[in-house]
Amino acid sequence: MSSTSIKSPREHVVRNGAVVPDGAVVLRLQERIAGMQDGVPRIPVATHPALSGLLQLRTGGAYEVDSASLAMMLLAAPSQEGAWSAVIGADDFGIEAAAELGVDLTRTVLVPDPGDQWLEATAALVDVVTLVVLRPPVGVTERTASRISARLRKRSSALIVWGTWPGSEARLSLRSSVWSGLDAGHGRLRSRRVTVAVRRGSAPAREAELWMPAEEGPVRRTATDLPTRTTLDGALA
Amino acid sequence: MRRRDAQSRCPELVLVADNPDRDVRAFEPVLAAVEALRPGVAPLRPGLLAIRAPGRFYGSEEHAAAVIAERLVSIGITDVRVGVADDLFTAEQAARGAEVQGWLVIETGGSAAFLGDLPVEVLDDGDLVGLLQRLGLRHLRDLAALPARDVLTRFGAYGAKVHRLARGVDPVEPAARTPPPDLVCEIAFEPPLTSTEAVCFSVRRKAEEFVAGLGERGLVATAVLIEAEGDDARRTLLSSRSWVHSRWFAAGDVVDRVHWQLQATPAGSLVGAPVGLVRFVPETVEPAAAHADGLWGGGTDDRVDRGVARVQAMLGYDAVVVPVRQGGRSPADRQALVPWGERPTGLRPPDLPWPGQVPSPAPTRVFAEPWATAVVGPAGQPVTVTARGAVSCVPTMLLIKHCHSGSSNRWQPIDAWAGPWPVDEQWWEGGRGPAARFQIVGVDGRAWLMRCEGGQWWTEASYD
Repeated sequence: MSSTSIKSPREHVVRNGAVVPDGAVVLRLQERIAGMQDGVPRIPVATHPALSGLLQLRTGGAYEVDSASLAMMLLAAPSQEGAWSAVIGADDFGIEAAAELGVDLTRTVLVPDPGDQWLEATAALVDVVTLVVLRPPVGVTERTASRISARLRKRSSALIVWGTWPGSEARLSLRSSVWSGLDAGHGRLRSRRVTVAVRRGSAPAREAELWMPAEEGPVRRTATDLPTRTTLDGALA
Repeated sequence: MRRRDAQSRCPELVLVADNPDRDVRAFEPVLAAVEALRPGVAPLRPGLLAIRAPGRFYGSEEHAAAVIAERLVSIGITDVRVGVADDLFTAEQAARGAEVQGWLVIETGGSAAFLGDLPVEVLDDGDLVGLLQRLGLRHLRDLAALPARDVLTRFGAYGAKVHRLARGVDPVEPAARTPPPDLVCEIAFEPPLTSTEAVCFSVRRKAEEFVAGLGERGLVATAVLIEAEGDDARRTLLSSRSWVHSRWFAAGDVVDRVHWQLQATPAGSLVGAPVGLVRFVPETVEPAAAHADGLWGGGTDDRVDRGVARVQAMLGYDAVVVPVRQGGRSPADRQALVPWGERPTGLRPPDLPWPGQVPSPAPTRVFAEPWATAVVGPAGQPVTVTARGAVSCVPTMLLIKHCHSGSSNRWQPIDAWAGPWPVDEQWWEGGRGPAARFQIVGVDGRAWLMRCEGGQWWTEASYD
């Protein structure tokens, strides 16, 4: 609807000596305008490069993960871009591992034990931070989830649920994980080769093989990884 | 003299590390006491102050000295010495010459005669004293007798100043300090209040005054000491705690802190006894300009602060924490949780080698309370670690607890393991036998960090 008012990016290069924003900026602006007119802006949130092609986080969405390392990986990219993040209900969140996976601890707040008031605490923090990691108690109802979702859309933040969440946008899980560096009685854990599966609704899961953690450097795709396989077996690990 | 020489001669010697800040703090009551008698006190260094002799007011200089000495003895300072003279240097030397709780008054014009008898060591400059002694100048009289022009050409401006000191004609007057403004606010309750809510409601106005009082001087408080006193005759201190703010205290923040401090029990009942008085003491004040919002607002931090304050109001002050890395050997030791708004103190430096620490990568889940587990060998016998740090048999099965589903524990074959890595920490505390850490990977691909201590296995962390 708004795209008609803005000319194609190719026409804006240099006019009268002034540099006009390139196509990517214009597209971003168009996206924002569209979002504002909708009333429900769905701005993309920085997502870890190792997950490119599998998942793009967007504000207003809830994403399920089944392990702490996946939650940390999703936190890392926005955190490095200067976003604040909060971790609620996870009293065993490994701080050193989070820092190693790229989470900026100076912009992270933890609420390790919210008790019965986890919903209120989540709502309060969704208002102010970009990314919230939540480990909810078992048995969150559809109604509770939709209340938080409305808040997420309104406040332009995203929720990562470490556990289960009704009506989540996507579910990330570790299909397989193989540690290397360890043997019978000697060596040490060095790296892990995992298969991450991303499921959206009832669509087939998309998988990718990652080094997480890699022997050195950040989490990355394995060299032999095929570009995002789609598997048809629906069973989750 | 070396420290151990001093201790060998005087075994009961108490050694206290040098701490200029502490000295200044300890001297502050003395300054305040003298200031109450006569304003214009100039603190020269901790332990030494100068003041214009209030001779005429008290009758004579001896009387004035006696009044000051008496006042200081009354606040518990027993070693008081007063010197009165025309110039500062002579007065200091006179004070050093006075007896304990006594005074020495040098008559007007008598400075040169008094100083002349003193040895050059009183100059408090080792190099200069050595030089003067080698030149054969033993007393200040000898130095003063030299022509001022020769001293200036030979020793420069510094020498000329010392020469003026030695002659007792140094015109320098110390700069008197301005008494610090009284920023402390207190509010008394009559009758005393028994509920936290009532106290918080009543202090709100005073908290606003407190913050406004700082604001008038262009200051904001970043640390505030809140004290609550009882209503009895002795004014018992019920509660005292200093609070730090991540930015600066607004009135509402101060009231919140009062609430958290007084609400000692979760049930909401008040600390001990009824509260008769609440006092706010600004511990750290900084210029407001250093904390002003930028032209485009305070940025996200400002918003985050408000959101966190709401969670703190819901769950309590300690519920929201900031993660910090620190040094240590076990994964739990290597992290610290600092309440939001407090500054991390007493952390172990993480950059030191920490021999014996678990090698990288760090576990993604670190259990606050390690949970008991079990590891057995091929014949089902429990695996232990010997005193020499060897395993008793090859571990083949481990017991895994299911935290989430709540189902019962389950045995799982071990795929790979590493260890034992001896835990050699705090052996003097007395443990339950030799301890060692293991990294164990189950057949399902999940890795665990476990500790075996005296035959009992604990799961410390998980590589989830």
